Amino acid sequence: MIAEIVAPRYDPGAALVIDGATTAAWLEGFLRDELVGRRNITRAVLGLSGGIDSAVVAYLCARALGPQNVYAIRMPYRHSSPDSLADAQSVIDALGINAETIEISDAVDAYLRCAPDADARRRGNVMARMRMLVLFDQSARLGALPIGTGNKTERLMGYFTWHADDTPPVNPIGDLFKTQVWALARHLGVPVAVIDKPPSADLEANQTDEGDLGITYAKADQILHLILSGYRDPTIVERGFTPADVALVRRRVDTTHWKRHLPTTALVSATAINEFYLRPVDY
Amino acid sequence: MTHVALVQCKPRKGDYAGNLAALGTIFAQLRGAPTDLIVLPEAALTGYFLEGAVYELALAAPAFAADLNRVWRAGGSGVVDVVCGFFENDAGTFYNSALYVRLGGAEPEIVHVHRKLFLPTYGVFDEERFHTRGRRLGVFASTFGPAAILICEDAWHAITSTVAALKGARLIVVPSASPGRGLGAGRELENVVHWKSMLANVAQEHGVYVLYAGLTGFEGGKGMSGSSCAFSPRGDVIVEAPALGECVLRVVLDNAEVDVARSTLPLLGDLQSALPDLWFDPELPLPRASREPVES
Repeated sequence: MIAEIVAPRYDPGAALVIDGATTAAWLEGFLRDELVGRRNITRAVLGLSGGIDSAVVAYLCARALGPQNVYAIRMPYRHSSPDSLADAQSVIDALGINAETIEISDAVDAYLRCAPDADARRRGNVMARMRMLVLFDQSARLGALPIGTGNKTERLMGYFTWHADDTPPVNPIGDLFKTQVWALARHLGVPVAVIDKPPSADLEANQTDEGDLGITYAKADQILHLILSGYRDPTIVERGFTPADVALVRRRVDTTHWKRHLPTTALVSATAINEFYLRPVDY
Repeated sequence: MTHVALVQCKPRKGDYAGNLAALGTIFAQLRGAPTDLIVLPEAALTGYFLEGAVYELALAAPAFAADLNRVWRAGGSGVVDVVCGFFENDAGTFYNSALYVRLGGAEPEIVHVHRKLFLPTYGVFDEERFHTRGRRLGVFASTFGPAAILICEDAWHAITSTVAALKGARLIVVPSASPGRGLGAGRELENVVHWKSMLANVAQEHGVYVLYAGLTGFEGGKGMSGSSCAFSPRGDVIVEAPALGECVLRVVLDNAEVDVARSTLPLLGDLQSALPDLWFDPELPLPRASREPVES
């Protein structure tokens, strides 16, 4: 009997492994080209929530532009976790970037007095949009470009407030799944407390992303990767995921395509913008 | 010996005049050492992703050559050959082209214009929406000897380099604009790993020098993956650049190396012998007016 060599079983996580150094260098180059090269802007401003996404973006901006050119804005609402402020501070201290805290409670509550029936979802959206209002105003004040912090998983799952979290014109991590953001964070040296805590939008007490989504990021990322690679649901199930998880992820992707586009415009001419009249964003 | 400079550049999108001026600075630098042939990337003076703006920036080959010649002559005397990618307007038909031009005379001498044969129109690419594909793969007399140009995806098809070598090419020049993708576990982008593997195979299989000039810098989030490089006719990498950052690579080509490589590994000669059996196989999906018998 001669030896048999058996191919390893499919490892759904292997495709999502990234090299931290290569990824960081690439994204730093992206930030320098987008800000300094293309726009002649040397400063960046971002909302620093205390979570891992904005922490990673702060690290990338500091490495790309120098910490003196990065402005972190903390924008807590009165219900925000004190831990979030502390975790954000640990990032600020580690990087030596500029920082400011702007409470959004009064502004949010002023509107919500006009909308007393607003449920948690509406209140969360108001807070997210208020934070973006503040960020863009601070952008104008500081002469700094707002930098986005949304990751690929939440973009695909539609787990963000439209025209809020997705609004900044430049986003270095929008094509990285959440688990890849974790890997990059470890490479960059983001404080362990920020990496290890359960991700949360921090819009309500005890809220977690994975609780909201109904699936872990580890599973969701692998399923998303297979969906985007063109695999049909039965094949994905064969690769080790439950039909319920696959259906959940598929439904979230399929019902949120609109959130990943600009507003739908009625086409009535042969010169419609972005339909017939086509120019790249950097032209 | 042929002294080559591979230029890995980062044009400012759509700023043709500004990029020409920047090229003048590069030319001045290159004059500091012997330079017979300068190779620039695909879309080197406009940027690659132009969409409809290609109709505003495309030039007729003689006009483009005249611009290059003016910039070269502004820096001094001497003759140099240049390969440069550009968007070509041929009387209202638009191509993604690269020309081989001799600069330094009162008028530039266009030796060859290659129009990209394979226009990627999938995923991030949308070329065939805006350009017409070329129809001919020519081999021409470069300063090194018989040469061919393959633009980016042209080189991804094994048959193009094979045809070029069969038509006599001893040098294959690949101007490219390759958006970086695949941040896998390795230290290089996956598309760069693929490029280098493929180009090394082209060089080794046919016993040709391969010169690859890649665009670098980000275009609206898409990072051009640079990684310009040169391969010997044995398939060894001679010199290579990082993915990001402008730079010049200098390399000296020796025609004798081609003969030595081909004598050591005579795959091209073997192919010339076997080609009729493969080419005239009636099962190949090729239109033919008439078919010769396959077997003698």
